[in-house]
Amino acid sequence: MSTFFTEEHELFRQSLRAFLEKEAIPHIDQWEEDRRTPRDIWKKMGDMGFLGLSYPEEYGGLGLDFFYDVVFNEELGRTNSGGFAITQQVTQYMSCPNILKYGSEELKQKYLPGIISGDLISSIGITEPGAGSDAQNIKTTAIKDGDHYVVNGSKTFITNGVYGDFIVTVVKTDPEAGAAGVSLLILEQKMEGVSARKLKKLGWHSSDTAELSFDNVKVPVKNLIGEEGRGFYYLMNGLQLERLVAVPAAVTGCEKAIEVSLQYMSEREAFGRPINKFQVLRHRIAQLASEVEALKAFSYHCCEMYANDIYDVKLCSMAKLLATELCEKVATECLQFFGGYGFMEEYPMARMYRDVRVGTIGGGSSEIMREIIAKIVIDGQGYVKPKSSGNGIVERKTSTPGGNGKSESENGKAGSVIPDIGIDEIVKGIQSKASAVDALGKTLKFDFGDEQITIDGTGSDNQVSTSNPNADCTIKLSKADFHKLVSGNLNPMNAVMSGQVKIDGDMGLAMKLQSLFS
Amino acid sequence: MTKYFTEEHDSFRQSFRSFLEKEVKPNIDQWEKDGQLPRDIYKKFGEMGYFGLNRPEEYGGLDLDLWYGVIFDEEIARMNSGGFGASIGAHPMLALTHITHEGTEEQKQNYLVPGILGTKVGCLAITEPSAGSDVQSVRTTAIRDGDEYVINGSKTFITNGVLSDFLVVVCKTDPDQKAKGISLFIIDRDTPGVSATFLDKLGWRASDTGEIAFDNVRIPASNMLGAEGQGFIYIMQHFVSERLAMAVGGYAASEYAIEVTLKYMNEREAFGRKINRFQVLRHRIAQLSAEIEMVKQFCYSLYARYAKGEYLVKEASMAKLLGTQLADKTMTQCLQMFGGYGYMEEYPLARMFRDTRLGQIGGGTSEILCEIIAKAMIDGRSYK
Repeated sequence: MSTFFTEEHELFRQSLRAFLEKEAIPHIDQWEEDRRTPRDIWKKMGDMGFLGLSYPEEYGGLGLDFFYDVVFNEELGRTNSGGFAITQQVTQYMSCPNILKYGSEELKQKYLPGIISGDLISSIGITEPGAGSDAQNIKTTAIKDGDHYVVNGSKTFITNGVYGDFIVTVVKTDPEAGAAGVSLLILEQKMEGVSARKLKKLGWHSSDTAELSFDNVKVPVKNLIGEEGRGFYYLMNGLQLERLVAVPAAVTGCEKAIEVSLQYMSEREAFGRPINKFQVLRHRIAQLASEVEALKAFSYHCCEMYANDIYDVKLCSMAKLLATELCEKVATECLQFFGGYGFMEEYPMARMYRDVRVGTIGGGSSEIMREIIAKIVIDGQGYVKPKSSGNGIVERKTSTPGGNGKSESENGKAGSVIPDIGIDEIVKGIQSKASAVDALGKTLKFDFGDEQITIDGTGSDNQVSTSNPNADCTIKLSKADFHKLVSGNLNPMNAVMSGQVKIDGDMGLAMKLQSLFS
Repeated sequence: MTKYFTEEHDSFRQSFRSFLEKEVKPNIDQWEKDGQLPRDIYKKFGEMGYFGLNRPEEYGGLDLDLWYGVIFDEEIARMNSGGFGASIGAHPMLALTHITHEGTEEQKQNYLVPGILGTKVGCLAITEPSAGSDVQSVRTTAIRDGDEYVINGSKTFITNGVLSDFLVVVCKTDPDQKAKGISLFIIDRDTPGVSATFLDKLGWRASDTGEIAFDNVRIPASNMLGAEGQGFIYIMQHFVSERLAMAVGGYAASEYAIEVTLKYMNEREAFGRKINRFQVLRHRIAQLSAEIEMVKQFCYSLYARYAKGEYLVKEASMAKLLGTQLADKTMTQCLQMFGGYGYMEEYPLARMFRDTRLGQIGGGTSEILCEIIAKAMIDGRSYK
């Protein structure tokens, strides 16, 4: 028992582990070869009560605390099959939380009991051939036509997209708007016009990954999750969970690799002694084990924050970055311990080696993680969101430009006091900045509610005024946040992603703010 | 306030930080030049109670929980002087730890009480010219002669080894035995036959590091610390706290380095923009920050377990290994961010770079730590 796990958690772990060792692990080789995992394993897991751990009881869930989910993911990580693990990780933690959090009662009743009983499998359709981490630029459209949407477009790299039952699909209900035009819509796999092509992959062999095309798919309006135009925010809210669940599984995957390596090293002899007596190999184990141990402590810390309803974007991004990178290192070095056997499919390292490779790509690549961390650490904006409330933003820390390296876990001070500057002063300040850059070519309006500032860039230069026209792009925010934007204390991208600043209209125009205010 | 730190901890941190900013920071450059700390800084620490944070009240200590010690180490690291940290830390953390745990009442009155007050300064002498991490092989002998012991031998790389008032010395009372022949003694500096010389070093310049010779040094038998033949066990027991503290020093120095580096990167311009706008530098900062945060949380989790009395020889070794490796990496990369200024003494990174290098050597080299971890994991060895 530890600080995080009670006896009940450990009992749950034992029963799940015993189940997986009996019902899953002996078959995984076959499933990997078949390039799919059969439905009945999910049904068995559902029957055992292993699915829907933290989903509410009214939908068949168990209403358990988040550390059951941690156990669940840790045990999936020990199966040494990324393909096996990902099916339920996607269904339970990436796709269906959107329905649970934002869906209508009807949608919840229709889909959640099935994913909890193991009868249904779902996917989340974000990525398109031309838009990966950049969700606001997706091209798939859903145009309303009476009581239906007509969906056209395509998605790719969709886990569960071939053999799953439904797709939580990211669509543009307003193709002209950027992030503000994004909505989430449930498409069923069997709907007319939905077709899937199964993709061949380097690893994750027991899971199905699809390229999906939508050809005039008629989707009932009631399949819309939440509100139109809010999809981007729903997605952003789910990202931290998606990143976080990868971490416990990565930790135990590494632990398992070290475990099987130590076993092999105690049996295998070279030059007359077991290879676990060779100092250079021993030290490599010591180094890896240390890094895994540290990662594990970090994983629990991040999971505990999440369990306490705190979304910490910085910590989740850091954890995902470190966990997936460590997996690659551990897989590479442990494979080496096995020598030629490491390269053979009858030993476990070959599969781990290819499976971990997607870790630093999926769910936000390592480069994207570093971008996010850099924005928080260097540009000085760190947001922590209470999980339960939809829009409330708690500003964790206001730091001086340049930020500082101090821990987020320390006391943050309240936001800096904004002097009450008159609107004319603001206009003057903006005019000088706006004059220094090329004309925007469009009109951009900042809406503070009672007052507005408009930049008209349709002429030869940018003219700033307090007029209130219909602009190509309207940015709604508080005056205080506007000051922070202008003074470089609020990163526009972060502010949009967190919902602190709302944008209607031309998202591309809004993105030019970065250059205007940096 | 966090899971580990209460409001009291936070206000201690604030007051300790402002004390250090006032009494220490302005003098560091001078002390680095002097190659030693002045006596009055020990007295100031003593007056403030900083040497007695975790010591019993009956000897003048404050009997606080171990998180105060973590804060002590974290804040000391922000002074950017490994030498200052070593001297001001070795006295309470190494010398006084042994007196507290193994000392007799008389020894505590003679050394712990003035030690906490900062009027007597101590050191711990383990390493010898031919026995470093291999503690069992020390050659300094302590041979019983009536009511006295006669000490002969030499020690080296001893922090506070030249200027301290008393020395806690690891000796062989039975030279034919290995670990079981080891005992600890307290030796007063002014005992005839004790001599010490300063060693010149790459970094840690504000601390006096001594090579010490014992030439027929006669001390009363009552100066034995703890029981005869138990010295090795005492040393091993306290290694855990020493290693955890060095791990804290590693991430805390790294955090501070990132802090000053970010400040510089926000001021320095190249090719028409601040260098903190260059993506490759930003990602390097992001990577280091993530690793620092992880090691920090790892250390906190270990202290929480240590507070509950868990046996953590393996884990503390892991933490020290990672913390000091990370500090080396951080200083190398942060120095790079400063360009030529990083190489200049008027900027902070030059000192950080040379000071941090000892982390992977002192208190058990990285290689020894890997040996310990490997023995625990592969051979099932326990030091309990």
